[in-house]
Amino acid sequence: MNLLTQPVGVSHYLIVGAIMFVAGVVCMATKRNALGVLMGIELVLNGANVNFVAFGSVYLRPEVTGIGLDGQLVALFVIVLAAAEAAVALAITLNFYNNHSTVDVDQADELKG
Amino acid sequence: MDAINWHSFFFLFFALLACGFSLAVVMTSNIVHMAFYLTLALGATSGLFFLAGADFVGAMQLLIYVGGTLVLLIFGVMLTAKGPFISMKTSAGDLVLGAGVGGALLVLLLAAATQVDAWRVSEPSPPVAQVTASRLGMALLGARVDKLDEKDPVQARGMSGYLLPFEIVSVHLLVVLIGSAYLARPKKRMVGGPVDTA
Repeated sequence: MNLLTQPVGVSHYLIVGAIMFVAGVVCMATKRNALGVLMGIELVLNGANVNFVAFGSVYLRPEVTGIGLDGQLVALFVIVLAAAEAAVALAITLNFYNNHSTVDVDQADELKG
Repeated sequence: MDAINWHSFFFLFFALLACGFSLAVVMTSNIVHMAFYLTLALGATSGLFFLAGADFVGAMQLLIYVGGTLVLLIFGVMLTAKGPFISMKTSAGDLVLGAGVGGALLVLLLAAATQVDAWRVSEPSPPVAQVTASRLGMALLGARVDKLDEKDPVQARGMSGYLLPFEIVSVHLLVVLIGSAYLARPKKRMVGGPVDTA
């Protein structure tokens, strides 16, 4: 099956979304820099967005006439909420950096019992 | 040899960019390089949105995500990237564990994505150019102009648009703005404290 001559389907988009999602999860789990963890969250949200847009696309699923706009609307909400989440997380990170002079998430263990 | 399907060609181009730079974000340990790769990955994702017919979402991805959220992140990187924090190495054990769990998750997701027949390659749909911005705006205001011909009265009741989530997101954004401005305010200096006059 030649990718250059075949039309793309939903599953191609799902593969891209899955790779971005897994990259984000591994990034969140392994980075020690708090901002690296934030970037992992952005990747996860983008992978989910790719899936939403693919499922709602009338180009990729011609048999679906109904939910054309819903996927795009959910993707828009995700984009806006990601912006809000990044703003708050960045404020917390900067506050932590001001108080502790580090952005290493392993150092943030003051609440550990 | 069939003619090259240009939609597939550009899909392949943007998909490789997005996946490659996402993996590059994971691989590198330099935080400045990570921010740059993330910018490219999210930009390539907007290309995928355009190719799926979601022109407005693609534009918003570029404007809000790449133009807003990532600039915020890069400011965070610039404010904290000093000395040891530029390149923080992960321990080898964590890397192996993360790669193992991530690989298992990837296998699961890829199997789920490729095993449904309805999601496989469909017939080439007739190219209909549709501008989605006005319909998205009407849906946010509570009117689904793409669903006006819904025959079933039970289903037609569910086509009431997204006015309530829109309001919730608006209020949420306001709360977040106030909260982050409060969190990131400069620390109070001691005013009127003991003055050293010596």
